Amino acid sequence: MAVKVAEEWLNICGGCEVTILDIGEPLLDLLGELNFVHMPVLMDHKYFGQMGEKDEMEIPEADVGIISGGVRTEKERKVAELMRKQCKTLIALGSCACYGGIPAMANMFPLEAMYEKVYRGSKTTDSAETPNENLPPLLEKVLAVDEVVKVDVYIPGCPTNPDLIVKAITALLEGKTFKLEERSVCDECPLKREKKASGGQIKRTLESVEFDQSQPWENTRCFMEQGFLCLGPVTLAGCGNKEGNGDGVTVPRCIKGNMPCRGCFGPIRKGANPLVDMMSAISSIGLDAKQVPDRRALLNRYIGAQNRLRPLPARPSR
Amino acid sequence: MKTITIYPVTRLEGHAKITINLDDAGNVADTFVNVVELRGFEKFCIGRPVEELPRIVTSICGVCPWSHHLASAKTNDAIFGVTPPPAGRKLRELCNAVAYTEEHILHFFFLAGPDYVMGPDSDYSVRNVIGIAQANPELGKKVVRNRHLGAQMLNIISGKSIHPVTAVAGGFSKPLTEAERQKLIPMAKEVLEFAKFAMSFTKENIFPKYLETVKTVGVINTGFLGTVTDDGTLDLYDGKARLMKPDGSYEEFEYADYTDHIGEHVEPWSYMKFPYAKNWGKISMDLDNPSAIYRTNSLARINVCDKFSTPLAQAELEEFREKFGRPCQLTLLYNWARLIELLYNAEKVNELLEDPDITSKETRVPVTPRAARGVGSVEAPRGTLIHDYETDENGLITDINLIVGTTHNNAPINMSVKQAAKTLIKDGKYDQGILNTVEMAIRAYDPCLSCATHKLDGSIAVKLEIRDSGGKVIDTIANW
Repeated sequence: MAVKVAEEWLNICGGCEVTILDIGEPLLDLLGELNFVHMPVLMDHKYFGQMGEKDEMEIPEADVGIISGGVRTEKERKVAELMRKQCKTLIALGSCACYGGIPAMANMFPLEAMYEKVYRGSKTTDSAETPNENLPPLLEKVLAVDEVVKVDVYIPGCPTNPDLIVKAITALLEGKTFKLEERSVCDECPLKREKKASGGQIKRTLESVEFDQSQPWENTRCFMEQGFLCLGPVTLAGCGNKEGNGDGVTVPRCIKGNMPCRGCFGPIRKGANPLVDMMSAISSIGLDAKQVPDRRALLNRYIGAQNRLRPLPARPSR
Repeated sequence: MKTITIYPVTRLEGHAKITINLDDAGNVADTFVNVVELRGFEKFCIGRPVEELPRIVTSICGVCPWSHHLASAKTNDAIFGVTPPPAGRKLRELCNAVAYTEEHILHFFFLAGPDYVMGPDSDYSVRNVIGIAQANPELGKKVVRNRHLGAQMLNIISGKSIHPVTAVAGGFSKPLTEAERQKLIPMAKEVLEFAKFAMSFTKENIFPKYLETVKTVGVINTGFLGTVTDDGTLDLYDGKARLMKPDGSYEEFEYADYTDHIGEHVEPWSYMKFPYAKNWGKISMDLDNPSAIYRTNSLARINVCDKFSTPLAQAELEEFREKFGRPCQLTLLYNWARLIELLYNAEKVNELLEDPDITSKETRVPVTPRAARGVGSVEAPRGTLIHDYETDENGLITDINLIVGTTHNNAPINMSVKQAAKTLIKDGKYDQGILNTVEMAIRAYDPCLSCATHKLDGSIAVKLEIRDSGGKVIDTIANW
């Protein structure tokens, strides 16, 4: 019998849903084994009946529930709770669901500061009071899904990798569980490492890394060792895929684009502190860790929920 | 009095809700579309190094990340005062065109199309892309494959199709190799064949059935905004703004001067702002007498441009104008216009892959931080996208303003939904097919509600609220 699946999106950009489609033609085969009972992005199942005739929100029971996006409003909290109640196994899909994602960078500021900027500090906006008629107040900060309900399976990434979705679903169809191996992006990166940097300055991406596309990947020097901040050492592996490359070698996605990693798959293991770990990784190859511009936001870019990013106390005036 | 709730509005990007309140006679008195959430990019981008923004703003939208990525890279060029080398610019344009093919296939066949292919009043359980795949496996396979081809092409060109990283201050970080170009060519040809098929398939089998619906549902009278080159040719990557009045007359301006032409109005009942044409008077969403309202996205673009640069799309534009005039106000024809743009972009991808510059190794110039202001714009699939940044001498952001495609369409979406509800619901009679047809008026705009709520954090919900003739809220149901 087909496995019932319900999918919901909360505080989202939609990229993880597009990633489901990026499974490509094999998705059509998978659909034979899956029965999607609720998925607002593609299907017309409604919360309160098709004619809006019911009083209570309904999501059908399902074997597998998938949630993308973090939690920003009371409404999203309710949907997350209902999904947990109705689904036997709950998957957090993508880094927003797993760690808050980029939207959780907002956790660096009090909510009121954002209203002030948007409605009274924008150059094109006719200044106005913050809208408040029949509108839901936002939660004070962005929460990861597991700050609201228990999560069984984590598939991080911004967005995640379609191969991982297939692996997770296949495992669940076989009655197994799914967990990513605790490896770092560097562990699957083919670039050449010599364990020391070529200079003492940390470079911003204002200039190009050195590379030679006519040579195999192993001939290009590690971007960190070239002096560019790369979060590979503290980031969970899983983004790379062979298909994207065309030459059959697994290369982390951003590395393939000649750009350093920014940590979108999150920490390698639960409880790790990428900011601290990255500082020691930088120092260990002889670079100056203090030079990283905008360090706190950069090293927590995708993981600001779960109390990693908070408003800083106002500086005392001198 | 009775309340009808359509929740969530499905097959669009983001969360939406329509609440329709009927008066005692069962007719619609008035409606509002409320946007009940916001996102915080304009706040939390302040303080970030400007060259990092093309990798942050992408997460405003996972469906059109390339649009935000490219607008941000162009704004970076302006901030640093540089012009990318020809190959840098052309690789950006190539990615933009490929991303358009993917997104337009996604919207037509996965989101809006099921209404037309399966029928607006077909059973809801099959009115979706899975239903299409089961009813017509060959079509389903074609659709899934060709959308995915776009993603695969972007992976080959840039490594990361969603939330890309390769458009950088001063150009593009990864040159295209000849081996990669050879791999892309057959893929590009297949997508072009699909685009031709999509155009003829819908013109023969789909649109003729719905001409009556098209003429009645969601039709409103507005101006239009789009981007054109100096000779009036549509350009999705670069150009000047052309703002057309409902009578077809227009003015043009540079996007750097956008604040002289576009204002954003705030209503107390929606977190989403209402852009309007500043020089046309006060904004009014009154269906009978609208004021200062303009639309963006596919229909707007094909209304404002004089021509397309590629032959097949140009022929389609001529046929479209012959049938529906210029400017065309028929909202559901956004879908038709989108398929013409699919064809244009598929042609453009093939053209760029044959460009001798495309495999040049000179794709990027280095940049040096300085205090500056820069404005960058592109045509996102959902409308004109404007990024405006200011930096300090270290290249850290001090101010940022964003106006995105769907936000321009906030007022028109409100108006079209109201018009559709008033037209379709009479004397208290309605069924699920009619309610779905009201949703079709929203879907035509392909709204990206994640984009539209970039201002503060959170996914979005849209709510339609009905008021009586005195402006009093008859009833409201919130979606939180």
